[in-house]
Amino acid sequence: MSGFFVLATILLIYVVIFQIAKASEYVGVLKGEEVMRKQSNRINGFLLISFLVLGLVGVWYTNHLYAGKTLFAQGSASVEGERVDSMFMWTLAITGAVFFITQILLFWFAFKYQEKDGKKAVHFAHSNKLEAIWTAVPAIFMTILVVIGLRNWFHFTKEAPADAVVVEITGKQFNWIYRYPGKDKVLGKTYFKNISDKNNNPLGQIWEDKANYDDIIESSEMHIPVGVPCKLVINSRDVVHDVGLNHFRMKMDAVPGIPTTLWFTPKFTTRQMREKLNDPEFQYEISCDQMCGPGHFSMRGVIVVDEPTEYKIWLATKKPNYWTAFPEKDPTKQPPAAVDSTAKKTAEVKAADMKIVKK
Amino acid sequence: MSNEAVLHAPAGLVHEEHHGHHHHHESFITKYIFSQDHKMISKQFLFTGIVWAILGGLMSVLFRLQLGYPNETFPILEDLLGKWAKGGKIQPEFYYALVTMHGTVLVFFVLTAGLSGTFSNLLIPLQCGARDMASPFLNMLSYWFFFAASIVMISSFFIETGAASGGWTSYPPLSAIGDFSEGSKAGMDCWLISMALFIVSSLLGGLNYIATILNMRTKGLSMTKLPLTIWAFFFTAVLGVLSFPVLLSGAILLLFDRHLGTSFYLSDVFVSKTQTALPNEGGSAILYQHLFWFLGHPEVYIILLPAMGMASEIISTNSRKPIFGYMAMVGSLFAICILAFLVWAHHMFVTGLNPFLGAAFVLLTLLIAVPSAIKVFNWLTTLWKGNIRFTPAMLFAIGFVSLFISGGLTGIYLGNSALDYQLHDTYFVVAHFHIVMGVASMFGMFAGIYHWYPKMYGRYLNNTLGYIHFWVTICGAYLIFWPMHYQGLAGAPRRYYDISNWHFLKGFDGLNQFISTVALIVFATQILFVFNYFFSMFRGRKLKNPNPWGSNTLEWTTPINPGHGNWPGEIPEVHRWAYDYSKDGREYIPQTEPIGAGESGHH
Repeated sequence: MSGFFVLATILLIYVVIFQIAKASEYVGVLKGEEVMRKQSNRINGFLLISFLVLGLVGVWYTNHLYAGKTLFAQGSASVEGERVDSMFMWTLAITGAVFFITQILLFWFAFKYQEKDGKKAVHFAHSNKLEAIWTAVPAIFMTILVVIGLRNWFHFTKEAPADAVVVEITGKQFNWIYRYPGKDKVLGKTYFKNISDKNNNPLGQIWEDKANYDDIIESSEMHIPVGVPCKLVINSRDVVHDVGLNHFRMKMDAVPGIPTTLWFTPKFTTRQMREKLNDPEFQYEISCDQMCGPGHFSMRGVIVVDEPTEYKIWLATKKPNYWTAFPEKDPTKQPPAAVDSTAKKTAEVKAADMKIVKK
Repeated sequence: MSNEAVLHAPAGLVHEEHHGHHHHHESFITKYIFSQDHKMISKQFLFTGIVWAILGGLMSVLFRLQLGYPNETFPILEDLLGKWAKGGKIQPEFYYALVTMHGTVLVFFVLTAGLSGTFSNLLIPLQCGARDMASPFLNMLSYWFFFAASIVMISSFFIETGAASGGWTSYPPLSAIGDFSEGSKAGMDCWLISMALFIVSSLLGGLNYIATILNMRTKGLSMTKLPLTIWAFFFTAVLGVLSFPVLLSGAILLLFDRHLGTSFYLSDVFVSKTQTALPNEGGSAILYQHLFWFLGHPEVYIILLPAMGMASEIISTNSRKPIFGYMAMVGSLFAICILAFLVWAHHMFVTGLNPFLGAAFVLLTLLIAVPSAIKVFNWLTTLWKGNIRFTPAMLFAIGFVSLFISGGLTGIYLGNSALDYQLHDTYFVVAHFHIVMGVASMFGMFAGIYHWYPKMYGRYLNNTLGYIHFWVTICGAYLIFWPMHYQGLAGAPRRYYDISNWHFLKGFDGLNQFISTVALIVFATQILFVFNYFFSMFRGRKLKNPNPWGSNTLEWTTPINPGHGNWPGEIPEVHRWAYDYSKDGREYIPQTEPIGAGESGHH
């Protein structure tokens, strides 16, 4: 019933507006087109200048409401991200000035030079001097922005420092898998045809590559140490995803078959951020920023930034995925007696799997 | 008969006198359906464009309901949409289909076909002084290919697995494998076939526009005497003809990957749902993105240039001043056209693109700011010391400039790769492109419709409704998209169905509700415009003066309701450029008037 009333009200509003519009047209015909045009010209001129004033107030008010909710209010959580923030401010200063100047001129001119009786427009068709000025000035400012931008860009995209902690992050519909290289600091080779969630090989690790023996796989959250550069090696298992690290001010696509990288140096541990923002539930969240299917909006990952010692302790509690895939190789789980027949059987199956692995 | 006489004789009389040229009998079908008259074809494009705009707008209203009121249910939606809105709540699959179709429809069907198709068709022959297009038959085919594309696209909504839902960019592998999403099944095939048909339509149209502008200008009308509208349509057509075929190849290769087992875009793909690794190896998902954006970026200018051209013409006419810096305006259109081809990879800064290549694209992208700035300053100077008439068309043209400034400036952030590193695919991007190419171009289109409606139908649109339409729409556009920049700066990613489980996005519920409510009001106002359009076709105030805006260009030298062939007698000859306003004490001097003896310096 309420839906019906809403519909009836909307219809009524339409009818009223339409009647007013029709009536004003008749009035126009009676008064004469010329009179009517001049009248509506004055009204619209006034509305244009009001729009400018209200718009500027609106710009201020929106900023007042929401500036505090943007990430800039928190400051960058990575050392590299500070460059993004300062570059943003430079760009904001330049574009902001242009915005205010041009919008004010636009609406001011429109208001000021509205049609008036006895006034004539000026025939002013071109001026090489003026045009040269407004070709050169934007060109100079753009050059400044390009220089700032490219310096930062080459900094972000250069090879990560040698002491960086390396973590591999692989996207799949609709979550993330993290892999640590283990003691040998080398990520073992993978091949997508080896992927098998059933056989505990979610990334398709090639078991003939010994570098895989100590690789650790995590699916709940990524831990990294604070103050140390961290390099992410980014992969995808199915469609294109994107590792969005909003607090660290960067993101990079995850493309199946084409690994990408990204590096940054976290400035604050998760705990420090919680205190800094006075928000006990704060997490560094990884958002998927590339449309990846119906669950795209729920593809959430979490990065926990620890003190270096905490990080070491956390890492030490993790077992290599090799042991999960082959429980019989796990020294901590080695049964005292000989392996039973079922375990033997699985071992045989795995061995058969290994033979079809591409080298 | 002299042009003067054509101008001032009553329309009927001119008809009587000139049976000869265009008086062939037309049946209903040849006149209204398979018409080869460019004016009728332009109306067909506009009609179809309006239908698409309503549908595309409705889609945005539906997904804005979900974004603004994620916890509410709307039982009526289940009645209307069935399983797609189970329990009165739009389902994720359907949400993504809506988002995808909204983008595709608005970008291609409304702002390419609806805008270029309408106004290139209407104005090129009229403003060039031609009786019709170079090939009226291909022109007719162009519309009917567009119509076929529309039918295929609409029908994809009625497939059991739904319409395509991988975003309007349809990146593979998501769009290549049906197991990744329901919309990647038959809906995606429809999308690709529809796009292929659309591209054919666009090429037929574009080639025709170029041929007509280059070869069929009337006597005396050199290229530098053309109105800026025609220059804009010309560059638009060039962009389309050179870039659309690349999208076609991209779409065809995607069809091959989907159905013929090729691996152009596929490699290292594992399907979790079926626990199988696909056999494809060696393809590159990034290749598709290059092919897509090689059209995708010029497409932005295909949408924007016609709006720029029409805004230039309308601002000049209604300011009663020549457009400032005509040659600079043409030069900047040309520069934009060239640069449009060289910036596509700025959509791909974070795909793992070679950083050096990325740097080249940063430079070229920010270069576009220079011709854009020239255009803005020239529009401002055209207003300066004018004697401005605020017709609804003029208001929309001023609104266009305002929106072009606002949206263009944020492009400077996104075109700089180091900032895009953070802002890519957030609501900042959504706000940017909706303002600069979505709403701004819609404003250009509205300006064009209000300005040339009298030419199309011999009647005026209702002014009061026009003013209401303008003021609600411009306020609404800023209220909707301005705050979205802040959401983007808070990191909110695009294409999220629900943000409630994200901690860092808390605090924007109220804003989302506000935006959705404004979107509803703006949509309702557009319905008012559509009503005005159709009502005025039959009941609008009749045109008495064949040149209602006191304009210089050739289209106003035809009779009020021109027949096929446009001019009953001889085609008028042109003696001057289109912008002799307020010159030598005369308010306007039509292009057809010979240069007088004592006239001051002329163009």
